[in-house]
Amino acid sequence: MALIELSDIHKVYDMGEIEVRALNGVDLTIAQGEYLSIMGASGSGKSTLMNLLGCLDTPSQGSYVLNGVAVQELSDEELAGIRNKEIGFVFQTFNLLSRTSALANVELPLIYAGTRRAQRKKRAREVLEIVGLGDRVDHSPNELSGGQRQRVAIARALVNDPSILLADEPTGNLDSKTSEEIIELFDALHNAGNTVILVTHEGDIAAHTQRQIILRDGKVVEDRRQGQAA
Amino acid sequence: MIFFENFAVALRALRTNLMRSSLTMLGIVIATAGVIAVVSIVQGMQSMIVGQLQDIGTTLISVFPQNPQQGPGIVAKQVKLTWQDGEAILEQVPGIKEITPVIGGSTQLKYRDRQHTPQMVLGSFGNWPEVFNHAVGSGRFFSSFDVQRRRKVAVIGLKVVEELRLGQNPIGKEILVGNLRATVVGIMEERGQNLGQNQDDFVFLPFDTALALFGRSAGDQIQIRLQTESAEVVDQVVDGIKGVLRQRHSIGEDEDDDFVVFKQDQLISVFSQILGGITAVIGSIAAIALLVGGIGIMNIMLVSVTERTREIGVRKAVGARRQDILIQFLIEAVVLCLIGGLIGVALGYAAGYAMVALIPGDLPPPHVPVLWIIISFAFVTLIGVVFGIYPAGRAAKLDPIDALRYE
Repeated sequence: MALIELSDIHKVYDMGEIEVRALNGVDLTIAQGEYLSIMGASGSGKSTLMNLLGCLDTPSQGSYVLNGVAVQELSDEELAGIRNKEIGFVFQTFNLLSRTSALANVELPLIYAGTRRAQRKKRAREVLEIVGLGDRVDHSPNELSGGQRQRVAIARALVNDPSILLADEPTGNLDSKTSEEIIELFDALHNAGNTVILVTHEGDIAAHTQRQIILRDGKVVEDRRQGQAA
Repeated sequence: MIFFENFAVALRALRTNLMRSSLTMLGIVIATAGVIAVVSIVQGMQSMIVGQLQDIGTTLISVFPQNPQQGPGIVAKQVKLTWQDGEAILEQVPGIKEITPVIGGSTQLKYRDRQHTPQMVLGSFGNWPEVFNHAVGSGRFFSSFDVQRRRKVAVIGLKVVEELRLGQNPIGKEILVGNLRATVVGIMEERGQNLGQNQDDFVFLPFDTALALFGRSAGDQIQIRLQTESAEVVDQVVDGIKGVLRQRHSIGEDEDDDFVVFKQDQLISVFSQILGGITAVIGSIAAIALLVGGIGIMNIMLVSVTERTREIGVRKAVGARRQDILIQFLIEAVVLCLIGGLIGVALGYAAGYAMVALIPGDLPPPHVPVLWIIISFAFVTLIGVVFGIYPAGRAAKLDPIDALRYE
């Protein structure tokens, strides 16, 4: 069974005078363990699609089944629960809580999941170890480099064992060398069995993924599969 | 579980913005401190007064002459209360243990080259110590024999001994009370302040001796003090006294009494009422001050929510529900108020002590009943909830996508 099934998704923003059709009939199926990128120019609807995939928003029309659950029918509270357990977000601007240690940042999703304190600390340490920051757990984001901050953000995304790792321009604020390292981390996470979706406009980032989806004017115009990541 | 986590999160946020948190709390601190300081002093006075009145005993009854309310055109008659009235009361009203007339005046004392005007020179019977629960410290009180014989003897308080510098052994010394030469036969036990009077600054003379000093007419308007046999009969005795006096003073059915009968617990309730009134006024001023403090809290919380929009977005993205965000910010507001209240209570207590120490005169130590502390904390918590709920609600309602995009 597919992990994600989008069928005929529409998203319309009502901006008073005019309606903006951000998504205009998107059909997309993503299987467990896939490594794919969503590409498109700005205004193509890729941010909207990411918000929908990440359950931050619901479609105006169409159905979204995630892991067997019809997401478009859920309440705000239930969506929060889905985001907590099924989705791991990685943002372009990291979005870490400043003046809060790396460990506490990674713990955050576990707090809302209701995990016990001791268990939480243990799990957060484990994940920071996985992203290569085992020796930086007590540093606050201001004391870390950009690449290290993004690693903390990835650890936070991974900590609840989500179904999807959803990254929005994860290398947008990083230099090319660091970008390369972060992408290699995503590669490794994919090889470890995670489903990874990268939203990007950079071709060489997308080239790492096995499947590229290209959006234009709210529609999927291309769905390319490659044998192997470059 | 999540509640406690939110509590920790709130505390951390307050600590991170220590300066702002402290300034925000200031309104609450000042309001609480003000209330506690004033309440502590008023309550100190109240517990002192009530304590002292109870010391004298709840079976004490006082009778005073009082001019009835005069309507226009009615000629005021001279109100009299004499010892003949007292004798009639003793004869006709059952349940009286001790009774004494009291007259008082202000007269200068002299001993050798020293002068002193005591608070009061009082004339009474020999049973004053029993009626007022006030024992003689050394020597003796005068006897009924001294009273009958109009003996020129005096019992004095420690303050008088001190002021006249009567030395280690004042008993037997002769002092001048007005123009009356009296021998000191006893010294009262130390009693300190009571209802604003220094109880050790008194001179007691036998009733008839005092009459000679103050003049015959002083006997027309005396006070009568008595002790009943038990607390149960106090009301009966009061009614009995009223009956006897109305009859003796020929007061008609529709006329007002020309005397007042006071029970000790009435005095207690009069004082309690006055002090209760003061407390209520202060309480309402404090409520307004707390309200203003609360508005300050709301203002800062709104700023805080705006400043932390992105944080709220992140929290929502990783799974915080509306209620989690609501509780987090609500706890922040309440914790601000509670810490403010805590500091306020401590400061108020300290201020109460400082005021008592700085104000000249013999103020009682401040006293804050636990109830008031509980009320204060309940009230500041309420303020926190009332003024925190709107900003917290705003935070909870933020759309995660907009919040994450907020710069």
